[in-house]
Amino acid sequence: MQTFDLEAQGLRALNQALHNLKGQQTNETAWEVVNPKGSHAIAVGVDAPVDITVRGSTGYYCAGMNKQATIRVKGSAGPGVAENMMSGTVIIDGDASQYAGATGRGGLLVIKGNAASRCGISMKGIDIVVHGNIGHMSCFMAQSGNILVLGDAGDSLGDSLYEAHLFVRGTVKSLGTDCIEKEMRPEHLAIIADLLKRGEAEHLAKPSDFKRYGSARKLYTFNIDNASSY
Amino acid sequence: MCGIVGLFLKDPKLEPKLGAMLTDMLITMTDRGPDSAGIAIYSEGKVGHGKLTIQSATPEVDFKNLDADLKDAIGKPVLMLVKSTHAVLEVPADQIEAARSALAQLRPAIKVMSVGEGIEIYKEVGLPKDVAARFEVAKMHGTHGIGHTRMATESAVTTMGAHPFSTGSDQCLVHNGSLSNHNSVRRELKQAGMTFETENDTEVAAAFVSHKLKEGSALGEAMEATLTDLDGFFTFVVGTRNGFGVVRDPIACKPAVMAETDQYVAFGSEYRAMVNLPGIETARVWEPEPATVYFWER
Repeated sequence: MQTFDLEAQGLRALNQALHNLKGQQTNETAWEVVNPKGSHAIAVGVDAPVDITVRGSTGYYCAGMNKQATIRVKGSAGPGVAENMMSGTVIIDGDASQYAGATGRGGLLVIKGNAASRCGISMKGIDIVVHGNIGHMSCFMAQSGNILVLGDAGDSLGDSLYEAHLFVRGTVKSLGTDCIEKEMRPEHLAIIADLLKRGEAEHLAKPSDFKRYGSARKLYTFNIDNASSY
Repeated sequence: MCGIVGLFLKDPKLEPKLGAMLTDMLITMTDRGPDSAGIAIYSEGKVGHGKLTIQSATPEVDFKNLDADLKDAIGKPVLMLVKSTHAVLEVPADQIEAARSALAQLRPAIKVMSVGEGIEIYKEVGLPKDVAARFEVAKMHGTHGIGHTRMATESAVTTMGAHPFSTGSDQCLVHNGSLSNHNSVRRELKQAGMTFETENDTEVAAAFVSHKLKEGSALGEAMEATLTDLDGFFTFVVGTRNGFGVVRDPIACKPAVMAETDQYVAFGSEYRAMVNLPGIETARVWEPEPATVYFWER
């Protein structure tokens, strides 16, 4: 286990040490970051199959652009956690602030508490599992990937949605433009079962508890007959 | 971008440390707002006395013999404590308005930062650490306080454009964001008798809340009204004699984190502003919901 004291050694040294692992054969596969104290940009741009545990809460953009790594935050995460993640896994034990998993291309983001507004905004292939609730404008313009919410969703869920799958167990305060409830088919139940398992939530819910929401496909394919409603 | 910090103490044992705790929080927020900083600090004050915090660009001229001149003008004792470009004038509570009018005559260049029984406001252009040091904020005692680090967007970087803004007795407001309908709201408030020192959007928000309170609204109602009448991005923290309140606009893109323990309620634009507070590891930490008013009063 490599222990890195962020307060003593500084952010640049941490991220440089993590970036140096790229493409290397290394035994340094388990990392621990202590004294994060809400700092910004912790473990951003990692591209190696290592396991990083952050002991405390983080500020803006923790685990952004992650590739391959498993990053655990033993606290809450500030805005933009796992933004534009490519692959790997990010697990937040506490809550996540706004735009968690924004524009994510791949990998898995698990938030064990609640996520604030704009969770999964413009997601493009990432899987997101939230054990609690998500805030307003979540999955705005979400393009692909899956989000599984064990709690409730705020206003305007999935506004201007493309082809992401949204699964919510609790209530949805309101659906955004062009987002509708859709039929749950066996292939969707299989996606949910897989997300519950990978999202460490199998003991909390079962696939049949959820409803599926998706795009009505009336907005993103421009149709001249609908011009007045755009 | 701007930074906001706030502390409302429940445990009187922390009162001697309020200034020190707020200073640490304020300096942590420097990179959210390095162009100016300010702090409003509330203390019990002396019974029957009121305080005016004043500011001058030429303190060596304006503050010279001001206590004696003011005493002559109002015929009552005046206590003056000068701190750099600011000074606190303590007068009998029923003489505050008289002192304020006399000041305008005696030293027309002086600006009044705050008036009230408990409030003092200090604000200047410069790095938060320099502003806090200049006014010795770390030594100040109090029951609650609000600090702001400014990155200006809507109006010039000047002392009067720094936050907090105070537009009513013992009231103040700080703001992260920008308002888009402040000109029309300012016009309406002017017609209703409110006065303004600057072209700043936040001063309009402060005056809006003060006006509501003047009309008889409770603090919660006045803050609720900002959600319907003010257009733009905002996280506001409002201070009054007895408490403080928080409200975010419905879009809520301006960050806000709160923490509560048995000893205090704290506000920070970011969690890192609060990491050195006692017991923060076990505090209840949450993000205030959009379009929801929170307030604490003693």
